[in-house]
Amino acid sequence: MSILLTMIPIALVYATPIVIAALGGLYSERSGIVNIALEGIMMVGAFTAAAVTAVLEPSTTWAAYYGIAAGIVAGMIFSLLHAFASVNLKADQVVSGTALNILAGGLTVYLCQIFFDQQRTNAFTTGLAKVSVPGLKGIPFLGPVLFMDVYSTTYAAILLVLLTWFVVYKTPFGLRMRSCGEHPQAAASMGINVLAMRYTGVIISGALAGLAGGAMVLTQDIQYTLGSIHGTGFIALACLIFGKWNPFGVLGAGLFFGFSQALSIYAKDIAFLQKVPLDFFYMLPYVLTVIALVVFSGKSVGPKAAGELYDAGKR
Amino acid sequence: MAYVIEMLDITKTFPGIKANDKVTLQVEQGSIHALLGENGAGKSTLMSILFGLYSPDSGSIKVRGKDVRITNPNIANALGIGMVHQHFKLVHNFTVTENIILGLEPKSGLVIDRKKAAARVREISELYGLKVDPEAKIEDISVGMQQRVEILKMLYRDAEILIFDEPTAVLTPQEIHELMGIMRRLVKEGKTILLITHKLKEIKEAADYCTVLRRGRLIGTVPVAETTEQQMAEMMVGREVSFHVEKAPANPGPTLLTIEHINVRNAKGLLGVKDLSLEVRAGEILGICGIDGNGQTELIRAITGLATVESGKILNKGKDITSLPIKERTGLGLGHIPEDRHKHGLILDFRLDENFVVHSFDHAPFSHAGILDFKAIRSNADRLIAEFDVRCGQGGATPVRSMSGGNQQKAIVAREIDQSPDVLIVAQPTRGLDVGAIEYIHRRLVAERDKGKGILLISLELDEILDVSDRIAVIYGGEIVGMVNAAETNENELGLMMAGSVRKVS
Repeated sequence: MSILLTMIPIALVYATPIVIAALGGLYSERSGIVNIALEGIMMVGAFTAAAVTAVLEPSTTWAAYYGIAAGIVAGMIFSLLHAFASVNLKADQVVSGTALNILAGGLTVYLCQIFFDQQRTNAFTTGLAKVSVPGLKGIPFLGPVLFMDVYSTTYAAILLVLLTWFVVYKTPFGLRMRSCGEHPQAAASMGINVLAMRYTGVIISGALAGLAGGAMVLTQDIQYTLGSIHGTGFIALACLIFGKWNPFGVLGAGLFFGFSQALSIYAKDIAFLQKVPLDFFYMLPYVLTVIALVVFSGKSVGPKAAGELYDAGKR
Repeated sequence: MAYVIEMLDITKTFPGIKANDKVTLQVEQGSIHALLGENGAGKSTLMSILFGLYSPDSGSIKVRGKDVRITNPNIANALGIGMVHQHFKLVHNFTVTENIILGLEPKSGLVIDRKKAAARVREISELYGLKVDPEAKIEDISVGMQQRVEILKMLYRDAEILIFDEPTAVLTPQEIHELMGIMRRLVKEGKTILLITHKLKEIKEAADYCTVLRRGRLIGTVPVAETTEQQMAEMMVGREVSFHVEKAPANPGPTLLTIEHINVRNAKGLLGVKDLSLEVRAGEILGICGIDGNGQTELIRAITGLATVESGKILNKGKDITSLPIKERTGLGLGHIPEDRHKHGLILDFRLDENFVVHSFDHAPFSHAGILDFKAIRSNADRLIAEFDVRCGQGGATPVRSMSGGNQQKAIVAREIDQSPDVLIVAQPTRGLDVGAIEYIHRRLVAERDKGKGILLISLELDEILDVSDRIAVIYGGEIVGMVNAAETNENELGLMMAGSVRKVS
């Protein structure tokens, strides 16, 4: 039991970028654009956040927050490429996303070489600092787990889940965005600008994936390297499907994957798991991703028009 | 006379064709005005111009006496013009209310005020007798209901002028009847309706005036009460049209298709066809009439191999085909003109010539040793296009999706008849087609009959059944409740049997 309790904070750290990036994917796909570039956008966000943090740390204690803000902006700019290719040029969205994923690796390492003379950013010393919530941290049992020494990005992720739910299901913007992902011709016939809506969806997903990348590198790493994101963007994509394109579903799926990653760290301390080779637990999140995709992709129904080119004249 | 809409001398040219050539349309306030013409006569183009989807090359539009320029649908909406599209533009997993308010949502603070929205939808729905449940999801309601949602979308936006684009093409006879009632109610409340159609019966039933177009030209506008269906048909087609199918009495030969006590389950897992037996003989057309959803679809699917037969047997020329794959059934001389031409009849994104060989691409003359012979495929297409008068912009290379419904249907008829099957299953062959095309398809069916083929015709159009068939079977609740000779029955008798109140097996 005590192991489980100590696992929770770690699991939350791992779950945070997954949930945030998956929410990004949610905006994009709800507007009708499949965004498998989440991984690449996270890399760009992570690189930018790590670089800015490493450079600013000596001069300000807020360096990590500047870094995260820069990561968000970089993510938005990078995602514009995807929006332009898939909305204006009517490129296949999967191909465009794949291109961005490949580009991100080369681009970030290239920029590292230019700015830091090595294939990674300089190391930062603290990254994002942990925070405690005064008062709440005193709650027995829950306090130390949920309110002591937690990264602010974790709270941001939970707030973003609530905000996303509100935006997507309660506001006119959400209704219009979903209509673009389900039946763009219907949306257009009601005077909605489908192209603008899809741009908005992709840019929001860029901002969130950029944030996720920044959050990830500044809480789980000491610098940005090519392996910093190691497939988390794809796990986020699996979460989106797993969570049925619903913010709370995404949160649940993200926590599940967070725990499965935390398990790889704690497995050696859990008696009945000690016999299992550690590599198995490293492998686990990815295997679960594949299984989740196989089991759920047939049944879960995503936005109907996601991935489809918008053709105003289609019957 | 107060015209609410005047379209004066409208001309619109597309590459290769003049879709509208100096067309003038004047619509009186508070009337139902029909726009009649064959497929491709320019009706839709004219309405698209009025709705702001196309801009005219020349001519002017006046709404309520004022010159207007309608460059996009939003301007049309602002002028109170709304369009009920033929292909509904509804989001399937949204509720009725969500679909209606989309783009014009009532808000309280940042949030959509769903209560207010639903109340408003209910209020409009009751005012016009539409009886729509605001909370229902689109995917759960019938096609007729979905159309009412489309109408509500317009009314919610305070449209005064409603354009209905072939509204009855997708409806059952009952739904058509209800729609006519709704249109009259709308007019009574002061709306003006423009009805695009090629169904004369509906014009006669509902419209006050009728404007006829033919090949992009205005033929004339007539008051419906003083014009016969025959006159309107002649204006539309440009020659005398026979509503009645000319045919000699049938000369039935041996039985070709035998259906023995079959049971078939429907999509919901219930028995859609119950213990049904039928025989189709050579040289006759057996019509099956009934109200939609009484087992017709399951019967067709069972015969053609799209559904499995629970029990019973289907024989073609004595050979048991009950559980044969579709391709083998086709090989044994079974042709199928499906009821849903988009779903089962054509591959919409393929070219016309490719669609012509979907049954026969895998053997000579269309392929040799596994390699397609495009020369043969193309000349086959040219031959069928000429023989069946399929109108298509680029010949065999035309993408089928871009063709009009009537020509898509002709393409299917051409393909199936050209296979020369002994038994032809024909479902709803003239759905959505104009009189010219209907006449043509009926003639071809009769010609096949006269060649000694057996034809099973399934149609929801009673007139079609009465005109074309030699014998008529009435299906009700998945059973055959009536079997009569076409010459010895009438609409009344069939109607009673279709409703299940009379049984007559002669």
